[in-house]
Amino acid sequence: MQQQELIPHLFRTEYRKITAVLCKLFGIDKIEVAEDIASDTFLHASELWGLRGLPENPVAWLYTVAKNKAKDRLKRDTLYHNKIVQQMQLSTSELQEPDIDLSDQNIKDSQLQMMFAICHPAIPPEAQIGLSLRILCGFGIDEIAAAFLSNKETINKRLHRAKEKLRELNIKIELPGETEINQRLDTVLATLYLLFNEGYYSQARDITMRKDVSLEAIRLTHLLTGDRATNKPPVHALLALMSFHASRFEARLGQNGETVLYDDQDENLWDTDLVKQGKYFMQLSWEGGTISKYHLEAGIAYWHTIKADSVEKWESILQFYNQLLIIQYSPMAALNRTYALAKANGKQEAIAEAEKLGLSGNHLYHSLLGELYIDVDNSKAVEHLNIALKLAKSKADREVMERKIAGIKT
Amino acid sequence: MKDFLLVYRSNFSPVPTSSPEEMQAMTKKWMDWIGSVAAQNKLTDRGNRLNAEARVVKPGHVVTDGPYMEIKEAIAGYSIIKTETIEEATEIAKGCPIFLVGGSVEVREIGVIMVS
Repeated sequence: MQQQELIPHLFRTEYRKITAVLCKLFGIDKIEVAEDIASDTFLHASELWGLRGLPENPVAWLYTVAKNKAKDRLKRDTLYHNKIVQQMQLSTSELQEPDIDLSDQNIKDSQLQMMFAICHPAIPPEAQIGLSLRILCGFGIDEIAAAFLSNKETINKRLHRAKEKLRELNIKIELPGETEINQRLDTVLATLYLLFNEGYYSQARDITMRKDVSLEAIRLTHLLTGDRATNKPPVHALLALMSFHASRFEARLGQNGETVLYDDQDENLWDTDLVKQGKYFMQLSWEGGTISKYHLEAGIAYWHTIKADSVEKWESILQFYNQLLIIQYSPMAALNRTYALAKANGKQEAIAEAEKLGLSGNHLYHSLLGELYIDVDNSKAVEHLNIALKLAKSKADREVMERKIAGIKT
Repeated sequence: MKDFLLVYRSNFSPVPTSSPEEMQAMTKKWMDWIGSVAAQNKLTDRGNRLNAEARVVKPGHVVTDGPYMEIKEAIAGYSIIKTETIEEATEIAKGCPIFLVGGSVEVREIGVIMVS
């Protein structure tokens, strides 16, 4: 790899590790100091490597420089120094040589603990996602702004407020105790799922970046399987769910970034390795005894990796949606259940059920009813699809409706 | 929205009278029905089925093996749904698959105990 490519690559993989370890060492209120040292290290690298060429082991070089900068920082400012001493509870002798441990194990532990600190229930979900992208994934502010369809100032402000909140609540960088862990893990998983969706369903133009966001969410979820305290069935289920969805990443985007609907996707573009990974974790998730909503959604996503229609496929999907709705209602799940009902029990029953949903005014509701009425009552089908067309917000959605209407014989 | 208790009653039979396939088909009907109520966002609690074994304790601590040995309809289970009126709750109850086996559904509004 050339130096021009190497530094951005290393930034993505190493910035977050250095930040996590230093922040764990300094405490959450020094999160910006940790970020500064990590940034300075990369700045130093880009200046020096340009002049003298690449060091033999660039990662080791970065770690050494980061350690030295951290030590300098600790020694330089006595006032600051004393505060940190209190927090680190170090004795005077240790103070001379603070142990900055950039071993694989400590990097993993620190990142995992940072994940729990950032995904704290007291931090608003949107801020959790922003902080995750910045601190846990090493995304640049520009990239985060692009992912949120926002600008740098807004993102900077949002991150700043989130860090203030972390400081204010003095959130500890540690894994929660056994009594708390399941509840806290729920918040972490909810954020990771949102992060995944941020990439998967984003309207943002940059397709590579969107995919990166989703893959980062998978990586972070994977990280949770590496520690006994967090290696639990809902984690496996979420990992399975994300893997199944991500397997269609290439197939669901057209050449200009437009959405390709499931039925029109080229199965050859589905990623079989991700499907395999999903199956592995789905298997594992069902060995745990408890069933979370991620188990049910993973089950639904699994059946979508098999394109051919079968009685078993749609009956299974219908039952997963039934269970999902019993656990937690959402309009999206209600609409999808009705589609599965049409496939499993027939259109007549599904139309009757759809009318009961009380979702008129929702463009997806009219789109569904339009779909169900095709070949049953084509004039009603067109009527609903026209309402859906009027209600649809994005250009892509309108195009889908127009294509459907054009295909109906009246 | 008010909560309504649905009490399912059906014939108590000590031995299964249907084949595994019939039981599976019945389970599907129940799941589709509860799923339908949930899809309308009108399910408060899916509830539970009740096992046949029962004891009834009467005044003087007289204990009997349950009230239903002579009565045709035993309570088989319950759910809680939420609707605006008892009429709406009753309409929903009409979709219950228990009628396929000759059972019944009792619809009762749940009174809220005011804590002062």
